[in-house]
Amino acid sequence: MQPHAGVDGATLLMSTLIYIESPFQPETAVLNSTILAGDGWFHPINKGQVLRIVDLEGNQAADTFFFSSADVRERYSAQDTIREQGSIYLTTGTRLMSNLCREMLTITADTCGRHDTLGGACAAESNMVRYSLDKRFMHACRDTFLLQMALSGYRVTKRDLAHNINFFMNVPVTSDGDLRFADGVSEPGKYVEMRAEMDVLCLISNCPQLNNPCNAYNPTPIRVLIWN
Amino acid sequence: MSQFLSTALFSEILPGGAMWSMRVPRRRLLRLTALDSDANLSALFYNAAEPLDRLNVPDTLKALHTAKLTRGHILMTDLGNALVSIVADSLGWHDPLGGHITAGMVAAKFGEHNYQQYRNDFYRNAHDCFLIELAKHGLGLADMVANVNFFSKIVVDDEGRMKFVPHHCPAGARIGLRTEMDVLFVLANCPHPLAPAGEYPRARVQIEIFPCDPPEEDDFCRNFRPECSRTLALTERLFL
Repeated sequence: MQPHAGVDGATLLMSTLIYIESPFQPETAVLNSTILAGDGWFHPINKGQVLRIVDLEGNQAADTFFFSSADVRERYSAQDTIREQGSIYLTTGTRLMSNLCREMLTITADTCGRHDTLGGACAAESNMVRYSLDKRFMHACRDTFLLQMALSGYRVTKRDLAHNINFFMNVPVTSDGDLRFADGVSEPGKYVEMRAEMDVLCLISNCPQLNNPCNAYNPTPIRVLIWN
Repeated sequence: MSQFLSTALFSEILPGGAMWSMRVPRRRLLRLTALDSDANLSALFYNAAEPLDRLNVPDTLKALHTAKLTRGHILMTDLGNALVSIVADSLGWHDPLGGHITAGMVAAKFGEHNYQQYRNDFYRNAHDCFLIELAKHGLGLADMVANVNFFSKIVVDDEGRMKFVPHHCPAGARIGLRTEMDVLFVLANCPHPLAPAGEYPRARVQIEIFPCDPPEEDDFCRNFRPECSRTLALTERLFL
């Protein structure tokens, strides 16, 4: 058991974090790329390949979304994923489900222990709602998603974008139904790894949010690796 | 609730398993009443003028710091606009987490009940109901984002485990939604995906639409959180 105090200190949330390491070594990866703070990445991952996302400097949210390569109308679904596993947190063993309730990827290793999928991605517009109407012109994840989709050869637009995963973010829910943005549980070098159960397109925004502690007010690079 | 007591502009009763969609103008009060206990109404919302501007459950929840929906909350789009404000709620908790039921889940929980044998008593599912109603407005699977479930409750424990709370909704439970823009409602009166297996629920839900005043400066929803006043302010920009 490892305690985590909510940011507002109102609730002490106890939760078991289980750490599972991967057998894969970086030397054998077929891809090893850094995504700089605030940048995006849109890349195919074939069925059977393994994707690792590394939080290089700690407490950096990696906003991640998946489309089925065969038909982009099939895509990651946060609601189907949490309901089918009966838990709001993603970790080793979590099956990332599509909007057709099919398995897209399985999390096979996780040295962070908990990831969020309730908080969605930051956006210029949601920053205006959450913080102040003058926050419109700050860089945001959803803009990264939209640009990556627009620049790609994949036929995906805003219409296809739904609710993502926030790897390395900690968003607990209290028994009263309150959503809390808690201190991160990630640290430098923590990673999460997942095996594709179908051919997917992986869309990542390395979160540029500066209005809250999701990136410890200092967005930093992440690394992505792929193994066959 | 006195503002609801004027004559309804519209009233319809959804039988269990029914689907419904309607473009409701700005500043109407749409009242949903569970006529029977254990109702569940799966719901999607779109800006009727621009359906790409649509309900965003994560944006709504994080703006309100909530994992449930009740009076004071405002359902928001991904562009920061206010769709509907929850101006009245007899229940105190509606579910934004559980998603909606599919044909496979219905068959697993309640058995096969096809049209060929049961005619219009066949077991419908929210996924197909949503697709049918969305298609009537030129929308489809790509537009089907995360939904909310009125009249249902899921609690989350300290380990993150989700638990469906049975018998949350008594007959007569009501929620009032004030439209803050012209809203396309898409509703499926189908079982919650975490509802217990057994007999297919057939709770009826009444939909009534009333005239409604715009939110005043002292409006409960506007003042519920600063985020609420800001989403209402942003929505005004659609009506310059």
